[in-house]
Amino acid sequence: MRYGETGFNLEIDLSRGNIERVETDPKLTELHLGGLGTNAKMLWDRVPADVDPFSPDNLLIFSTGLLGGTPAPGANRTIVSTYSPQTLLMGYSMMGGFWAPELKYAGYDKVIFRGKSPSLVYVWIHDDKVEIRDAGHLRGKGAVETQELIRRELNEPKAQVAAIGLAGENRVYTASIEQGRSSASRLGIGAVMGDKGIKAIAVRGTKDVNVARPAEFMKLCNEVMKYIQARGENPVPGVMPILAGLGSPQEMKLIDEEWHTTNFMWGNARTRRRDYWTKEVEEKWKETQENVRTRLISCYNCPMKCGATISVPGISAYMMKCFSKLTYTMAAFADLDFGFKIAQRATEYGVDGFSTPQVMAFAVELHEAGILTDKDFEGCPSDNEGKFYWLLDRIVRREGIGDVLANGTHWAAQQIGKGAEAYAHNNIKKHEQLPLKLGMLNPVYFLMYATGEKINITQIEGQFPQAPFPTMEEREDFCKDWIQIPDEKFKQYLLNWEMRGERSNPYYPTVDMSVDIVDWQEKMHYIDDALGVCAGLSSFPLKPPYHIHNYPAFISAATGIDIDEAGLTQVYNRNRTLVRAINVRRGLRRADEKPPEDHWKKRFPELEEKLLDAYYKFKGWNHEGIPTKEALHELGMDYVAEDLLQRGILTEDEGTPAKEALA
Amino acid sequence: MGEKKKKIVKSIKIDVDKCNGCRACEVICSAFHANPKYSSNNPERSRIRMVRDPIRDVYLPVYAGEYAAAECMGRGKYVIDGKEYDECGFCRASCPSRKLFKEPDSGLPLKCDMCEDDPAQEKPLCVQWCLNDALIYEEREEEVEEEEKLGEMEIGLGSMVDKYGLEKVMDTVARMSKKD
Repeated sequence: MRYGETGFNLEIDLSRGNIERVETDPKLTELHLGGLGTNAKMLWDRVPADVDPFSPDNLLIFSTGLLGGTPAPGANRTIVSTYSPQTLLMGYSMMGGFWAPELKYAGYDKVIFRGKSPSLVYVWIHDDKVEIRDAGHLRGKGAVETQELIRRELNEPKAQVAAIGLAGENRVYTASIEQGRSSASRLGIGAVMGDKGIKAIAVRGTKDVNVARPAEFMKLCNEVMKYIQARGENPVPGVMPILAGLGSPQEMKLIDEEWHTTNFMWGNARTRRRDYWTKEVEEKWKETQENVRTRLISCYNCPMKCGATISVPGISAYMMKCFSKLTYTMAAFADLDFGFKIAQRATEYGVDGFSTPQVMAFAVELHEAGILTDKDFEGCPSDNEGKFYWLLDRIVRREGIGDVLANGTHWAAQQIGKGAEAYAHNNIKKHEQLPLKLGMLNPVYFLMYATGEKINITQIEGQFPQAPFPTMEEREDFCKDWIQIPDEKFKQYLLNWEMRGERSNPYYPTVDMSVDIVDWQEKMHYIDDALGVCAGLSSFPLKPPYHIHNYPAFISAATGIDIDEAGLTQVYNRNRTLVRAINVRRGLRRADEKPPEDHWKKRFPELEEKLLDAYYKFKGWNHEGIPTKEALHELGMDYVAEDLLQRGILTEDEGTPAKEALA
Repeated sequence: MGEKKKKIVKSIKIDVDKCNGCRACEVICSAFHANPKYSSNNPERSRIRMVRDPIRDVYLPVYAGEYAAAECMGRGKYVIDGKEYDECGFCRASCPSRKLFKEPDSGLPLKCDMCEDDPAQEKPLCVQWCLNDALIYEEREEEVEEEEKLGEMEIGLGSMVDKYGLEKVMDTVARMSKKD
């Protein structure tokens, strides 16, 4: 009997219509835990380095986490992994909601797709019965409405359905996978799903999920529940309201968006509006938000209510959480009313709420600059909001200029030429970033932006405060109950961090401290992504219920695999380095590891070099960011070293021949 | 004519407006009732199940109740404040017309027992795990008249007397006692 996990994967070959239930190797659980870790292992082993993301040989993996479907609060994440058509590197994207637990209850840890279906299909997984069904009648339907249509068609009101909309069907590089209130949005995984001809995957499970040491496990779960309650009554003082509590930023609940609207950039990550948030705006937005917000809703087995059902009069209801509330509004210099309306259409189309607004704003800028012509915009309404609706409609259909824009700002700029590249100014590794342009370099954030394999800051940051507390008193107060730190040194780092002077950005936290801080933050995310626990209760907010000290006990009690902090750290290092190895094999090098040029006004090239050097050294990688033979050996991954040596990516003396960065 | 006795009545108040649809109640109920306790969980085995439809804003926890040998002849569908709920949505029965409130493997009916336990639980587990206060546990004392316990014979004869009348029953018994 397997504990935590089910011990079975579903292998679906869409080219042949073959479905198999395959038992997994428990050794892999010990080495990689699950979720992102075992996904990476599978991609390394089974997808050759040169496979095109739209090739039948690319895998599309939907995974549960090791703790998914157990009573651990917030253990509900789906981890999707594949090669990204936009970055050409490994792409992974997560979503909460209800799909992964249902897959566990159906008896599977993962669903792995290879090949391509000759026609549009959906997959129906009901315990031991798995079918590939025709989805021709669902072509073009919205991602949200498809879920309901499939439930009705199957007469299974409790089935959980993950679906793509028109954008995924048309292989738009910002296409998402939608399921209930949740969305796996980034890195174009929706395009891969559409490319493989999968309209949706419906799951219904009625089996047990087992844990090895029940009493121990429940004690830990109850402690987490108690902590969540206590923490809810004690928000962190001195930070902005949406970051003071647990969960995702509570933007569905809170009205106060001063931080986002005055610090983040409007338009194509272009304009800061320091005076935007007035009393008038606050009142108007309060009215808008309270009128459309039907109910605050949660994901599976989580009390946080980060999401909301949104009902704008006259359009069908949908669900939303977090920053998607503002991304369209800010990209279009519009108001919250517009944001809620266009987000409904975007959610049905199934597009990512970070990249897509920026792509549209990018197009508008290019038009204003004369780089895109009136002919490109033929038929476009002249009013601002109309423009954005028109662009959205064109992009998801790949019509006219939409076909160029659908590939994201990097590739669109290349295709358009005529100086358009300068306008695609907010990318890292070809992928759009949060619309944020700041003043002074923050060394911790520099490293996270530059080296993060998820290529999204929210999926690597969290445990360490983003800015120093102004007074020593506030810092000591914060450190008083900071039980989550792996080591006392982190308190020292915070206590000595000043707003100005020697011990402030960019030289403090020091290079070594920055590396420590990044490693801790990154570690918690990687563990979350292997266990399938939501970052909102763990790696993302300050002082979360899950941390390095109780995670080993959770894993041991759930699975019977005894592991301690050192062991868990080893697993994290293994998973993190494996993801790096996959990307290195795809061509990733040091030259790619940098934030957008204009992310900070004040840049420090020498310091930045030192930071990268120190981070690489800490990880056991060489100057190009490639894991060394020694480091791989220590992690039990000689097979990776052999492969890299064979390809000439690594040489025997750990140096690396000069290779061109991925073009 | 019986004595007055005190009885504890347990109830769970379900505030449908406060429910956020997380189904933690389903997880913890099925885990508590697993054998050994907490060794597994499976919402299909939960004694509390949610009717959940976010788009229609339907969030309705329902507790497993009586076993029904046969379906109802007529079904009901409620519309409350313009919100339409599913047919039989409010019903607690383990019923042949649906899969709800039955063990998925054996088909045996499930029924909420307020987490009876030894030592006693402070509150049912679903209530403990609902951090949004959609489930509130209440106990109250009621005074009930304790009825005299009737023996088997008295119950049987009593129903005969109700049906046929005391005279006819006595006549029949007399006739029967005269036969050989």
